Amino acid sequence: MTLIDLANPTKFLSLTARALPWLAGATAILLLIGFYQAAMAPDDYQQGATAKIMFVHVPNAWLAMFVWGVMSIAALGTLVWRHPLADVAAKAATPIGAAFTFLALVTGSLWGRPMWGTYWEWDARMTSVLILFLMYLSLMALWRAVDDPSRAARAAAVLTLVGALNLPIIKFSVDWWNTLHQPAAVLRLGGTSLDKAFLIPLLVMAVGFSLLFVTLHLAAMRNEILRRRVRSLQMMQASQQAA
Amino acid sequence: MTSLAALIRRDIKIALRVGGGALIGVLFFLTVTVLMPFAIGPDLALLTRLGPAILWLGALLASLLTLDRLFTADHEDGSLDLILMGRTPLELACAAKALAHWIAAGVPLIAATPVLGLLLNLDAEATSAVALTLLVGTPALTFTGMIGAALAVTLHRGGLLLAVLVLPLSIPVLIFGVAASQAAITGPMSFGTPFSILCALSLVSLVVGPFAAAASLRHGLD
Amino acid sequence: MSSLGPHASFIVTSYAVVAAIVLALIGWITVDYRRQKERLRELEASGVTRRSGRQATDIR
Repeated sequence: MTLIDLANPTKFLSLTARALPWLAGATAILLLIGFYQAAMAPDDYQQGATAKIMFVHVPNAWLAMFVWGVMSIAALGTLVWRHPLADVAAKAATPIGAAFTFLALVTGSLWGRPMWGTYWEWDARMTSVLILFLMYLSLMALWRAVDDPSRAARAAAVLTLVGALNLPIIKFSVDWWNTLHQPAAVLRLGGTSLDKAFLIPLLVMAVGFSLLFVTLHLAAMRNEILRRRVRSLQMMQASQQAA
Repeated sequence: MTSLAALIRRDIKIALRVGGGALIGVLFFLTVTVLMPFAIGPDLALLTRLGPAILWLGALLASLLTLDRLFTADHEDGSLDLILMGRTPLELACAAKALAHWIAAGVPLIAATPVLGLLLNLDAEATSAVALTLLVGTPALTFTGMIGAALAVTLHRGGLLLAVLVLPLSIPVLIFGVAASQAAITGPMSFGTPFSILCALSLVSLVVGPFAAAASLRHGLD
Repeated sequence: MSSLGPHASFIVTSYAVVAAIVLALIGWITVDYRRQKERLRELEASGVTRRSGRQATDIR
């Protein structure tokens, strides 16, 4: 089974059908372990039990950026290597990435209220994640605006790559803007390295959420392939009826 | 090279002649800037503090409004297909159109800034700072906006989608434009740093914009 | 589980929102899968066939 076989949608579907139950099971186990560990974690000396929000906030924030990276690679696959499944991967990943970004924003906001006293603060992190969320939404709008999936794919690929260029600029520029206008309110959890009691649950949750993304992504790709089959069959039916 | 010059001259003529493209942008800029004091109230000190931000927002929205015309008029009468089929590289043609658009629509905005600065109770130094940052920043707005315009040209309901696509990409330019203006006015921070980053953003957009727009046009019009 | 401190509602709400959105994602993907299979089955029943001649709902 070489990588080139994955380019065939039918082979991909059969592989996914076999892998999905295992992936789903592993995800569930890891997330349950992570949740248990998060619940058992000690209170932070500064934040108390509120530090537990970190265990859901950080993995989502990390995934929000990671998914855009995956979509960028898929975009290169569409534009440069013309990989047949690249645009399916890109389209399937977008709403999932948007959901993780939304969760990062909401959990961050709920963490901010008890810690900073406000639900929202125009600080570097929150603003750049908000802009990332806007970019996800605009990408989803673009996918829906074109009927033909393969034409939409090329337009979306260009926008994804331009957005990938924009992400470091946004992160950098917002850091800069923050320095000019407001002092940053940085949360510190015991210095540069997290204590093991916090680090391990965080890593377990991070891996669990990553597996969750892989599972959801493969399932969404499967749905997208089936959706395109429906579309081509509908078009064949329409032309048969017209004939 | 003469074909590019001809393209630029043609675009400028059309933008100025139809009376829509160039001057509607300035009118919209004026409207937005006038609406702000009504919304904020007559507190002059507050207006002075918000002045650069209001001017930059107005310029951003005004250039967004006129971006729609960058490709749609040509698409409708078929000249876009001719440009695509021509011997000039599409990237250069896109850059030429963006340059023409900036000359016809962006420069009037900059020219209008001193007048509007008066409305917002900005002194001469503040106004010239804002005008300078607009001069350097509006090319970035035009060239990145061109990417959205190229993506939206082949879509039927393209207009609103264009705004949705372009706004996240324009936010860094807005941030640094206002930062540079504020630095020049209140100035604990040096003016040079945000200003040079603004220049850098414009220069990067001069390259990325035409390439991305050309790629979008090629793939979208197939 | 020991007490969650004075800000317990925020902690619980965060985890609840995460659970809700994740479950909503899983739900949407599952429903979408069933809907596509249903549509494929209907199309097959009305006599349209794929170029390869294979079953449209065949994912093996």
